[in-house]
Amino acid sequence: MTVIDQAPAAAVPKREKSRAWRKMKRNKSALVGTVIVLFFALLAIAAPFLPIPDPVATSWTAIRKAPSAAHWLGTDDLGRDILSRMIWGAQASLMAGIFSVAIAVCIGVPFGLIAGYFGGWVDMVISRITEALLALPFLIMAIALAAFLGPSLMNAMIAIGLSAMPIFVRLTRGQVLAVKTEDYVEGARAVGLNHFEIMVRYILPNVFAPIIVQATLTIATAIIAEASLSFLGLGQQPPAPSWGSMLNVAKNFLSQAPWMAMWPGAAIFLVVIGFNLLGDGLRDALDPREA
Amino acid sequence: MSETPVLSVKNLATSFLVDGEWKSVVRNVSFDVRPGETVAIVGESGSGKSVTSLSIMRLLAPGSSRIEGKILLNGKDLLALSEKDMRGVRGNDASMIFQEPMTSLNPIFTIGRQISEVLTRHKGLSKQEARAETVRLLEKVRIPNAGARFDDYPHQFSGGMRQRVMIAMALASKPKLLIADEPTTALDVTIQGQILDLIKVLQEEEGMSVLFITHDMGVVAEIADRTIVMYRGEAVESGPTGDIFHYGQHPYTRALLSAVPKLGSMQDRKWPTRFAVVDIKTGETAEPQEVANTVAKGKTPVLAVKNLVTRFAVRSGLFARQTGSVHAVENISFDLFQGETLSLVGESGCGKSTTGRSIMRLIEPTGGEVSLDGYDVLRLDSVGLRNMRKSVQMIFQDPFSSLNPRMTVGAAIAEPFVKHKLGTAKEAGDKTADLLRKVGLSPDMASRYPHEFSGGQRQRIAIARALSLDPKVIVADESVSALDVSIKAQVCNLLLDLQQSLDLAFLFISHDMAVVERVSHRVAVMYLGEIVEIGPRAAVFGNPQHAYTRKLMAAVPVPDPARRGIRRGISNEELKSPVRPLGFEPPKREYREVSQGHLVQVA
Repeated sequence: MTVIDQAPAAAVPKREKSRAWRKMKRNKSALVGTVIVLFFALLAIAAPFLPIPDPVATSWTAIRKAPSAAHWLGTDDLGRDILSRMIWGAQASLMAGIFSVAIAVCIGVPFGLIAGYFGGWVDMVISRITEALLALPFLIMAIALAAFLGPSLMNAMIAIGLSAMPIFVRLTRGQVLAVKTEDYVEGARAVGLNHFEIMVRYILPNVFAPIIVQATLTIATAIIAEASLSFLGLGQQPPAPSWGSMLNVAKNFLSQAPWMAMWPGAAIFLVVIGFNLLGDGLRDALDPREA
Repeated sequence: MSETPVLSVKNLATSFLVDGEWKSVVRNVSFDVRPGETVAIVGESGSGKSVTSLSIMRLLAPGSSRIEGKILLNGKDLLALSEKDMRGVRGNDASMIFQEPMTSLNPIFTIGRQISEVLTRHKGLSKQEARAETVRLLEKVRIPNAGARFDDYPHQFSGGMRQRVMIAMALASKPKLLIADEPTTALDVTIQGQILDLIKVLQEEEGMSVLFITHDMGVVAEIADRTIVMYRGEAVESGPTGDIFHYGQHPYTRALLSAVPKLGSMQDRKWPTRFAVVDIKTGETAEPQEVANTVAKGKTPVLAVKNLVTRFAVRSGLFARQTGSVHAVENISFDLFQGETLSLVGESGCGKSTTGRSIMRLIEPTGGEVSLDGYDVLRLDSVGLRNMRKSVQMIFQDPFSSLNPRMTVGAAIAEPFVKHKLGTAKEAGDKTADLLRKVGLSPDMASRYPHEFSGGQRQRIAIARALSLDPKVIVADESVSALDVSIKAQVCNLLLDLQQSLDLAFLFISHDMAVVERVSHRVAVMYLGEIVEIGPRAAVFGNPQHAYTRKLMAAVPVPDPARRGIRRGISNEELKSPVRPLGFEPPKREYREVSQGHLVQVA
């Protein structure tokens, strides 16, 4: 049996982890994303050790000063150093982004998997509840939940995560419905795997790509949502800084002190781009089909 | 024949832009199609046959493809025309029909409107004239009661009928040339026979030329005056169809022809027979070997099915009340012995796949008894069911969707072994390497992913995975149907070898009569969920008793050009539906024994 079967299969065998990592390294934009995210993450972690002024120390002599040698990024309406507040604020903002999305993914994806995989009345119940939650505007729900839980950064993150969850339920369910019909899922049943093994080993890896992309986009939404909650006093509690709360204060002084809005705005922008690039890169790197 | 050809292709070369580089897909293809002639382009997947037809119609994306050479249609140089002029050629001088009748019609317009639109556009007919002409065309393609079906939507037609509508649409502008790209591949065999007949008749009536693209040598033999064999983007051989079949020179042509299963070629053989192996370089053919008798008759059958029934509820309305049932499998019984291959044949919707899945309880049967390797399958709890899986495994049709793309081949093969705790991790690794060798692959391929393999290799991997539990029975659901002929022959040979060395029993589900004749010991013909005829292969094929069995066999295209011009005279009958109203009681069936073990349904 030697006629034409020797089709040119790709060359050398590869280990999975090194393959993903090598693909990541070759992907320029993913590297840029990684660098951006790492940069802000390091800043956030290193905040207590950096030689910067106290982020909450006010100074009546330095109110709304433009960037200078003493205050590299300028000062805000209470005379606090913006660079320092940016670096400390990175902690709150990144945490708000990552934690709340982690909550949304960890709850939303399993429910979506279960709904899509089992179908029937299980799907009915989960889907109807999801639709009801989706009918509420994201931010309104986050505000309501945060108000109910009480004002603190942690509660704000939980509120944002729960509000973002229905999107993941619906997205996952839709993907599962498509993958469920593939022969390999039936093949897994024929081999004797149980439902849990099929869901985790056969379905989840094949629906993960769009979830990663959605997650990186939601990180951006979550950072901005935290800003809104802070503004209402439901997120990061003043005087502790977060980028969102800085932005909210800054909008009152846009014409007198544009730098107050510029820096946190730029930081949110960069982090969002960073996560998006990283997410796209991860999606490609984790897919064995892409060379 | 000194007439000027309708279509003349010279030195056609098509390349695609892949990652910034021009990759040649079709090279050096030259041929003529004379008036009233049928020319077939035959080849396996990736041979460039479809790209050739798309190049002629200039239907490839202009940015990423390049067509060189000369294409003359009715004396017009197609490659020199502007895109606007080309639009005037398509559907006017030359029309095209495609493989998928289910997707090539727009579902939101009536078929009458879709056909008459061609007429008002291209021919400038008024609405009334177009309607009259459309009805005439629908009658021409033998659609029963054409006038009344003008206002029907595509979903109200069956696959075969839709293909007729597509042909009517293609004929609307009275083209000189009809390009048919695998027009019957997606159809059932009896419907394929009808469409082939129709194309032949229409060609006579209209005097048009046909360029027929297919992978099926049987279809070629039946329809083509001349044949072009394509292999890896090149036309390796061309000539009158009879010459190609009888005196084909190129090794590839020979390999292709010897791999084509021929219905009726097994008359003098007692046991399943391997396909002949042809060396692709020299064209030398090794004699096909008959396989030794593997059947353990006389012992208890490894699989015994009694009165199996599987029905699906049809629900409709606001509260999804059950309004009927699909009688997918209706009261079927058969035995399968160790080392035996029993084939279930029939057309789509006859319940053959449902039977296979019901036996494994991938679908819950409605009633009956299944005893498999000592298990009373229909009464097993979930633990028993899991243990039963060690005895029966399945191989699927589509090798591209039957393996998890995120799992290495090695992990996929070892998984059942690990899951059932049959040994240590090291033993699992050894087992995997051993299985890969058994199916003709190399053990170091274990760390690769499925997408790195060709279709035939993937099917081998799927077989290796199915074997990892050392099952006694394998349900092979159309396992070779999606493969190219030469690969199909290899995989069939592999299955026969494995049956011999591992003493496997196969439930071989297929619609391909010729392959079935080759590999089976016994055959069961299914129609509308019931077995209408069952018996030893030689008896069923040599002495078919049931009308449906005969119809099925008559419809199979035979790769013998001498039979060209034969009209089957198949009626326009469509496949019936097994959907029944609530409370339908299936009639009691009786079987007559024709010879030993050969049973035919009589009532």
